[in-house]
Amino acid sequence: MTTATTRTAPVIGAVGTAHTRVEGRDKVTGAARYAAEIPFAELAHGWLVVSTIARGRIRSIDAAPVLAMPGVLSVLHHGNAQPLESQYVGPMGTPDPTLQIFQHDRVPHAGWPVALVVAETSEQAREAAESLVVEYDLAPHDVAFADGHPGTYVPESTPRAAAEKVKGDLAAELDASAVVVDAEYTTPEEHHHPMEPHAATAYWDSGRLEVVDSNQGSIYVAQELAQLFSLDASAVRVRSEHVGGGFGAKGTRPHQVAATMAATVLHRPVRVVLTRRQMFSLIGYRSPTAQRVRLGADADGRLRALHHQGLNQTSTVHEFVERSADVARAMYDAEAHHTVNRVVRLDVPSPTYMRAPGEAPGSFALECALDELAERCGVDPIVLRARNEPAVGPVSGLPYSSRKLLDCFEVGADRFGWAERDPRPGLRRDGRWLLGTGTAAASFPTLAGPSTAAVTAEADGTFTVRITAADIGTGARTALTLVAADALEVSPDRVTVRIGDSDFGPAMLAGGSAGTRSWSWAVTLAARDLREQLALGGHVPPEGITARSDTTAAIGALPPRERHAYGAQFAEVAVDVSTGEVRVRRMLGIFAAGRIVNPLTARNQFVGGMIWGLSMALHEEAVRDGATGTHVAPDLAGYHVAANADVPLVEADWVDDPDDEDPVGIKGIGEVGIVGAAAAIANAVWHATGVRHRHLPIRPDRVLVPWDDALPRPFEGRG
Amino acid sequence: MAPSTAGAITLTINGEKHTLPVDNRTTLLDALRERIGLTGTKKGCDQGQCGACTVLLEGRRVVSCLQLAVAAEGREVTTIEGVADGDRLHPVQQAFLDLDGYQCGYCTPGQICSAIAAIEEHAAGWPSAVTTDVRPEAGVPPLTAEEIRERMSGNLCRCGAYVSIVQAVARAAAETAQENDGADEMNVAGAA
Amino acid sequence: MREFDYRRASDVPGAVALLGADPGARYLGGGTNLVDLMKSGVERPALLVDVRELPLDRIEVTDDGGLHIGATVTNSDLAAHPEVRRRYPALTQAVLAGASGQLRNMATVGGNLLQRTRCAYFTDVSKPCNKRLPGSGCPAVAGEHHNHAILGASPHCVAVHPSDMGVALTALDAVVHYVTADGPHEVPLAEFYLPVGTTPHRETALPAGALITGVTLPPAPVAAASCYRKVRERASYAFAIGSVAAALDVRGGTVRAARLAFGAVASRPWRAHAAERALIDGPATAEAFAAAADAELAAAEPLPGNSYKVTLIRNLVVAVLTELAAECRRTEEATR
Repeated sequence: MTTATTRTAPVIGAVGTAHTRVEGRDKVTGAARYAAEIPFAELAHGWLVVSTIARGRIRSIDAAPVLAMPGVLSVLHHGNAQPLESQYVGPMGTPDPTLQIFQHDRVPHAGWPVALVVAETSEQAREAAESLVVEYDLAPHDVAFADGHPGTYVPESTPRAAAEKVKGDLAAELDASAVVVDAEYTTPEEHHHPMEPHAATAYWDSGRLEVVDSNQGSIYVAQELAQLFSLDASAVRVRSEHVGGGFGAKGTRPHQVAATMAATVLHRPVRVVLTRRQMFSLIGYRSPTAQRVRLGADADGRLRALHHQGLNQTSTVHEFVERSADVARAMYDAEAHHTVNRVVRLDVPSPTYMRAPGEAPGSFALECALDELAERCGVDPIVLRARNEPAVGPVSGLPYSSRKLLDCFEVGADRFGWAERDPRPGLRRDGRWLLGTGTAAASFPTLAGPSTAAVTAEADGTFTVRITAADIGTGARTALTLVAADALEVSPDRVTVRIGDSDFGPAMLAGGSAGTRSWSWAVTLAARDLREQLALGGHVPPEGITARSDTTAAIGALPPRERHAYGAQFAEVAVDVSTGEVRVRRMLGIFAAGRIVNPLTARNQFVGGMIWGLSMALHEEAVRDGATGTHVAPDLAGYHVAANADVPLVEADWVDDPDDEDPVGIKGIGEVGIVGAAAAIANAVWHATGVRHRHLPIRPDRVLVPWDDALPRPFEGRG
Repeated sequence: MAPSTAGAITLTINGEKHTLPVDNRTTLLDALRERIGLTGTKKGCDQGQCGACTVLLEGRRVVSCLQLAVAAEGREVTTIEGVADGDRLHPVQQAFLDLDGYQCGYCTPGQICSAIAAIEEHAAGWPSAVTTDVRPEAGVPPLTAEEIRERMSGNLCRCGAYVSIVQAVARAAAETAQENDGADEMNVAGAA
Repeated sequence: MREFDYRRASDVPGAVALLGADPGARYLGGGTNLVDLMKSGVERPALLVDVRELPLDRIEVTDDGGLHIGATVTNSDLAAHPEVRRRYPALTQAVLAGASGQLRNMATVGGNLLQRTRCAYFTDVSKPCNKRLPGSGCPAVAGEHHNHAILGASPHCVAVHPSDMGVALTALDAVVHYVTADGPHEVPLAEFYLPVGTTPHRETALPAGALITGVTLPPAPVAAASCYRKVRERASYAFAIGSVAAALDVRGGTVRAARLAFGAVASRPWRAHAAERALIDGPATAEAFAAAADAELAAAEPLPGNSYKVTLIRNLVVAVLTELAAECRRTEEATR
């Protein structure tokens, strides 16, 4: 079939209907190949050696004995590595100096890359890397994060992100408040830990650098590598088809740089895979936070004063701000409104974006503080939020594109059975377990990034979409298939979506909950254009007919608005205060997050975000050893993420909330699911026990009380 | 430094005999992935702490990252590539696909191999850590959602697809039970 | 991981002979701990003698009504065995509380007893550790010791033994059988682990080259009402921060027999003899159980970061014994 009369029966309605993943069969049969799994002839294996000290200088690296080991091909380090460009503005702004590997002898944090050992097999590379003797001159280090650190400062604001926002007279409004909540909250260092470790294979092909990678945005990695290695942008191609999770960690990282260096030296493909342990220091993480929230309210709970102050750590080489205080700017109004994000530089690795950066820890503090205010005012927590629902952006004064937070609470309260809840804590019991319920609000900005797409009508009547999108588990490839099908008015089985290839052109990365929205926008425009071309009739030539789009202008023309997705989180917990165990019994999240493209995968993603919130509330915590400045137990036995047994029936659903500005109506769903989830659990733990837990994770040792102090006594079989 | 121990071992993988070049350090996981290109088995932590590398060794689920290849010489290995019946997916695979029991897919082969074994272990009457009464007289506990969660806890899923994983395992277990004993009373409680 | 030689043994004397007196040689069982430690560089054996094919994979009822468990019986097979579940339910529960289904299929009884601590300083070769490198110091005392010992530790080492199985075996008076070039020997599990003192690197009473061949459990009618409770920082697939194995016989409201052992509190599974003595012939009340726990925990010397374990173990003792007392009461009523 080579005619262009494709509209036999217009099929609209793929979007909004549940579809299994287009690559699903490959994933359940093991056929899907991830970055470290693509075979290459003459492949060599690189193994990174990272510093065991937190600060100092490399005194010596004794490469000779290692080079004599079987199979060892090369040892790259600051004494022999090629120079990298460092003066540029990259796709992510100021480049993280962590990418400047092997350029000098300074060690700014534990786990800093000091050498790459390359060998014929991975076993040889590993043994040789572990045998490499590196001597250091130690310098004193400071890794102790705490509020009140003398190095605390307010970072410079950027046009898109103000460090501090002040409205009204905070002291006066606090004084005038009938009720004041003033509480400090902390969240620990948290790590992304996608199940697939970072992996890259680099090789040169006819003067072009080819990198097979696992990332969240191949065009971003390609551009960054081009700048680091002073290459023409067109001389770098990065591919990343299947990605085993990202969560913010899979950008440009030292392994791609190291693999490129080694491939350049050895003239053969070199693969570098990070170990789980190395992932603790080389891929970024969520900084610990110390937050103070002050809420002043009238007796009925109406806010007069809102003060949210955040603090996070960053490294000595790169400033990353965990924007914990920002969430209040979108959520609640008050006469006096003061939000500030502060930073302290320590001898630690550079933190980075991790699922709902800012909102995840920020909502824990803010939404717990609101629960405390509700308790103090004797007002239901949902009623309290309704009383403080703003008409316009509290700080910006801008209108909301849509704000269906209260709809979420209404639907959620009904489904969760909130009305039957006795607000008094410590009353419900099931055997040894005290039971409680809690709620919290969620929000996350609705963003979009300029993207390009190409849609081709093939001669056989099928369609091919090409876009540098990344499916890191979000279901983006399936979503784009449905979006393209609807825009083309064909059935989804006639559409093939190709992603994860920087040669497809610039596109948004998978981040900021903006991937599917940004890519769908571009795909829709190109597909509509193609459909119009095809409507003119005529034959499709053997090479097909391709339409292209670029959303830069459309996105640039969006008027200033408060754009967010919202949600209402509910949790029921069981707490045994005699052992300190906390078990979540059920969770429900109702979201207003734009049009839902694929209910099957969207529900999974919302639920996954909520499980991240559960894991954050109860389990996750990376611990640093003060003496050495290195991590304690940097592995998945020492850093707990929720296991299957920790996760009860978690349900997610949504209210109708299509975004009017977006051609498909999408907002974004990747992050809002985690926001508020930890707070809902912490609030439920309070409801169960009467004790406020303001420090995450809510570990057994923090919950535990002597059995004979625990009232009512857990062993007397009441309830 | 000990002399190189490079050599070859023979394994039966998915019903086929393979001779693999390994040295004594090579794990079964690396032998599968790097020596014969069976990359369906995943490396998540390489320390027995995540379960992504789960395969069936002599029919039992194990983490292949802690299994030295040389110590598996002569044994039978089933990987994710070998669980389907030709083009017909294994009921566990089909359930993961239909119910979206995954997101990024990287832990999935391990989850599926683990689930296949967990269903068999349960059918064989093995209790679990959440079985209230482990005495044989108490009989086999029904495969409730709680039992599935515990039995599948050796497979971490960072995407947080646990809810649909549990549903997929429950569905596959129910189908398997039905296939095995016709319309006999199902020993599987709904996991939803 | 370093290169090493590998030999597969087919009989017990052959295994012992293969290992010989080579201090750089190790027996390889399931490998779940040893291979991990080899990857992290903590263990660097020159030779592995694989003992998985030795004929030590049987569980048999002994003439006196106890059980003999072969050293290469896997954790899974041990937990699933009907006689274990019937006679020693606490042992099945303890085994099932450990690790994951995959690891239990690999791990063996002998290996479980010989597994090393998961102290993060021990497993990180870039850090000092008296157990791994005698004389280098114990950074856990002043460092991160959230999950370290409260009983029987010394300033030289505060690491805990990670086994769940071992806690139940300790409560059940297990005897360890081993073979050396001189022939078979046995040692009560209570004497199997050495006190920490100044030599934390010396962990067991096994002579060099000895091969564990099995464990014997004497008959224990008290174990009819027995259980294992474990608290950890997630619901599954995590090491204990505190655990209790207990068996109790209560008749007419009075404790006739009691067995009690604690996990994750010491360098070995901790048999609570003082608590048992306090319980015998006393009332089966929560207060009496707490007093018994206090009798044992009087010797506790918690560090600043792990004093919660004293409370946790005390609470667990009360909870577990209360549960078992109720079970005894039900049994009594049923047989009346």
